Order: sequence, then C-alpha cells, then structure tokens
Amino acid sequence: MADQNGQPLIQARGLVKRFGELVAVDGIDFDLQRGEAFGFLGPNGAGKTSTMRMIGCVSPVTDGTLSVFGLDPARDGVKIRGRLGVVPQLDTLDMELTVRENIVIYGRYFGLPRRQLGERADELLDFVQLTERANDKVEPLSGGMKRRLTIARSLVNDPEVMLLDEPTTGLDPQARHVVWDRLYRLKQSGVTLVLTTHYMDEAEQLCDRLVVMDKGKIAAEGSPRELIERYSTREVVELRFDSNRPEDLSHWTDGNVTRVESLPDRVLLYTDDGDAAAHTLHERGLVPESVLVRRSTLEDVFLHLTGRSLIE
Amino acid sequence: MTSIALALRPLEFFFAQYRRVWRGTAVTSVVTPIVYLLALGVGLGVFVDRSTDLPEGISYLEFVAPGLLAATAMQIATFESSWPVLSAIKWDRQYHAMLATPLRVGDILIGHQTFIAARLLMIATVYLAVITAFGAVNYPLGILAIPVAVLVGVSFATPIAAWAAHTETEVSFVAIFRFVILPMFLFSGTFFPTTSLPAPLEAIAYATPLWHGVTLCRQLTLGDVELQSALLHVLYLVACAAVGLTLALITYRRRLVL
Repeated sequence: MADQNGQPLIQARGLVKRFGELVAVDGIDFDLQRGEAFGFLGPNGAGKTSTMRMIGCVSPVTDGTLSVFGLDPARDGVKIRGRLGVVPQLDTLDMELTVRENIVIYGRYFGLPRRQLGERADELLDFVQLTERANDKVEPLSGGMKRRLTIARSLVNDPEVMLLDEPTTGLDPQARHVVWDRLYRLKQSGVTLVLTTHYMDEAEQLCDRLVVMDKGKIAAEGSPRELIERYSTREVVELRFDSNRPEDLSHWTDGNVTRVESLPDRVLLYTDDGDAAAHTLHERGLVPESVLVRRSTLEDVFLHLTGRSLIE
Repeated sequence: MTSIALALRPLEFFFAQYRRVWRGTAVTSVVTPIVYLLALGVGLGVFVDRSTDLPEGISYLEFVAPGLLAATAMQIATFESSWPVLSAIKWDRQYHAMLATPLRVGDILIGHQTFIAARLLMIATVYLAVITAFGAVNYPLGILAIPVAVLVGVSFATPIAAWAAHTETEVSFVAIFRFVILPMFLFSGTFFPTTSLPAPLEAIAYATPLWHGVTLCRQLTLGDVELQSALLHVLYLVACAAVGLTLALITYRRRLVL
C-alpha cells in the first residue's frame, strides 16, 4: 500500500540528527506505508524521540533526507503538520482550561471553524470516554485521563498519521489498556500510527512492524514475530537456584538449547522446546529452586540486541 | 495561508486563558488608576501646585496622570511577557503544543505579542477614561494617548520576551523589575520633569523608552503637541519594539527549534 504516487508515506535515507557533538540519530533508513502501525523501540537515548520530532517537523534534519507525505519538512512544515496528529512524551495540555476547551482551542490552531469544532470535540470526547468530564478543568484529571485527552486533542484535525511518543509511559495497567484499545480502533479506521516505546508488550500489541534503535542506529527491523524468530528462540526456560547453582550449565543441557544466558538472579535457556529442555535438566539430576517455561517475547529480542547494562 | 492569519490563531488561546482571570484584572485596572490619581494627583498635588514650578500653569494632576498611563503600560507589558513566556516554553509548555500544529515560531511570537497589545489597549482605554473623569484630558488629541500607551507597552514587551525566551529561570525577572522597571518608573519623567535630574542621569532618562512615552502621552493629554518631537518619540518607541521583536525571534528560535 503505497501513497498515490507510489511513494512510501514517510521515507528516511541516511537521516542524521546532531546536537553539537552529540549524535542522537546516526544515519537511519526506513519506509513507512499508509495504514500500518510502525514502532520505534529502544532504550532511553536511542534516538527515538529525535526521529519523531524530525518527522513532526519541529526539529530540523541535520543530514540525510526525510520526506513526509512526499513533502520536505524543511520547506513544507506548515502543510505537513496540518496532516499530523502529535501525542508528545510530556503532555502539553492547558491546565487552566476545561477538557472541552482544550480540544476546541487546539483545533483553532489548525484554522478549523469554531462551529465545526464544538461537534468535533464532543465526538472525540466520546471516543476517549471523557464526555462526563467535558466541562471540568484539566488539572485534577488522572494521568490516564490526561493522556486520553491528549490523544483526543491530537485527532482534532482528522490526521492521516499519528505520532505517539511513549503513549502509555507512566500509566497504570487499566489506563494503558484503554489507550491501546483506542489506538487499535484508530488503526482499524485507517490512521497510520507511528509510535515510540520502551514497553515490549506495547510494541507487540500495537505494531505491525518495528525497528529496534540503539545508540542512534537501527539494530533490527521486522514484525514482532519475525524479530522473535530471528533474534530469539520460540521459548525461554527461566531457572532460579538457591545454593546449588552450577558454574557451567552446558553439561546439563542438550543440543536443543541454542543459547544460555547467566544473570545474577537467574539463568535463561533459549530453546525451541522449553519442556524438553526442562526435562533434560531433571533427567541429568539438576534440581533448580524454580523452573519457568515461557514463550519468547520482544523483550528477549530487545535485551539481546541492546544489551542488559543500564544506559544513562 | 498568509502569515497574518496563522499568527492570529494563538490569540484565541491567550484570550481563553485570560477569560479565567479577567474579573480580577478588570477591577485592578479601574481601581489602580483611581488610587494613584487620588494619592498623587489630588493628595500630593495640593502641595506641588503651591510651589507653581510646573510650566504654563498646569496642575500636578494634569502633569502626573499621562505619566502614570505610560508607566502602567510599561509595567503590565513587562509582566505579561516575562513569566507567561517562560511558562509557555518551560512549565505549561503551551508553545510546544502550538508548534505541533501548523503554527510556526514566528506566528507564536507575533500571536502572543498581539495578545499583549490587546491587553494594553484595554488597560490604556480604562486608564484614560479614569483620567478623563478627573478632568485631566484635553480632547480630541488626548485620545491618541491610548495608542501611544500601547506602543510604549510593546516597546517593552518585545525585548522582555526576547530575554524570557533566553533565560533558564525566573530569578532574573524580579531583578528586571527591581533594577530596570522601578528606576524607570521613578526617574523617567513620570513624577517630576527630568530637567531636575543631575545632568548624567538626565541623559540616561532620555535614552529610556519610557521617557519618550511619558513625554508624548503628556503632550497629547495636555493638547500641546510639537509635531516634530512627537514623531521622533514615536520613531524611537517603534525602533525599540522592532529591535525587541527581532531579538525575540532569535531567542525563540534558539529555544524552541532544536
């Protein structure tokens, strides 16, 4: 599904963002098609937000090329931004105004007529389940409600693409699921979603395709399933020991275990058949304190690609 | 889409925000001039008028009222473009919300300054009405003191906004009020003619935009305008506003476009 003229909706080639000496985005390429949900996954400081800000035409490209809707952000920022819906990492709601006023005023920035905006605000508040709070001030709303209002506000101009920078960071599980549900509906209605996240479950829930970013570069690209197949095994066995932790686990496992990772608190066995690997351990007489067989997740891929050390 | 249309869009936000506090400010903007004019124009004026030092037999009330009008415009403008600008960048981040829409940095700056000018227009109008009630305005020329007061305000609002977009903390705003605005308020001809200042201070007073504003407002409300000097005062104020606007565009861009 390419755009009318056969171009991808958003295309980057050798995209670079530098802040003085610091290289935030270090020459990345990606193509984004209309209607897909595309994720930038990566640890803090990987360059996700810088990339999003360049797509959102609020941060100039340092080097390389970027086209959004086939337009150049440096020249056509006004036009491009008019077709985007932006949900920034930090809410920029007007605390002094009411929930409804926030949407109407924001719509005015797009030059939408006031009469039309009243109706639009009601629809959007209904969509994010905030109708009852329409005339309340923003300040006392919960984090999840504020996030939903930010999403509603970003939809006021009926955007073709939504840019969501860590849409559920800081929300409790219930609030996250409500947000995911709304985003899923938007995707179904044909809105292209571009999001950054460091939550693996969020990426698995929402993204058709994603890139893993690390230190400003793209470390891997594919669908969540493809990435798991390529960079991890089907299953993972998590072992915890009390005192009998063996130095080397290779005697206790068979050829089905592709990789063994030893962490301070547990040992991970990467294998396509977790039950068989656990059985082998047991047969050979090793009895850990606990054995957990689970499916491989994006988190395994992510940690494999970007490492386990804390990045600050 | 023309630039002017884009720059008018943020206005609605600032007015919506202002609607929440307008009652308080409306009362202040009527009461403040009354209090000042009673205390200075009428109260202090009784003593001043006895000394009859003022030119051409005008009363102290007539002398001080236009000065207060210009000085008030300066204070309101300085306040409106210090804390609110930094807040829109740093605390409430409304500028960032605007930048995610078709609005550009220049539109946001012009929009905010236009709002400030509109506020100044309201305040100057009320102030002049109060002065008129005290019988200290000569019409029709006096009406022009309103746009001049707005211009005085804008000539402060733009450079202060330039500074607010540059600074990291609000600490300097208090210093600006204490060491720039207050001395100007006291020594730029608002309360007494600058000719009674020592020569070096007199020269400094002439360099301040407020002195030009006070002098021009006074000529207008007294109905005694010297066209050539009036034009020079206007030019000086316009120049200050234009330099401030240029600087603000630079600091806004540096702060908001990363």
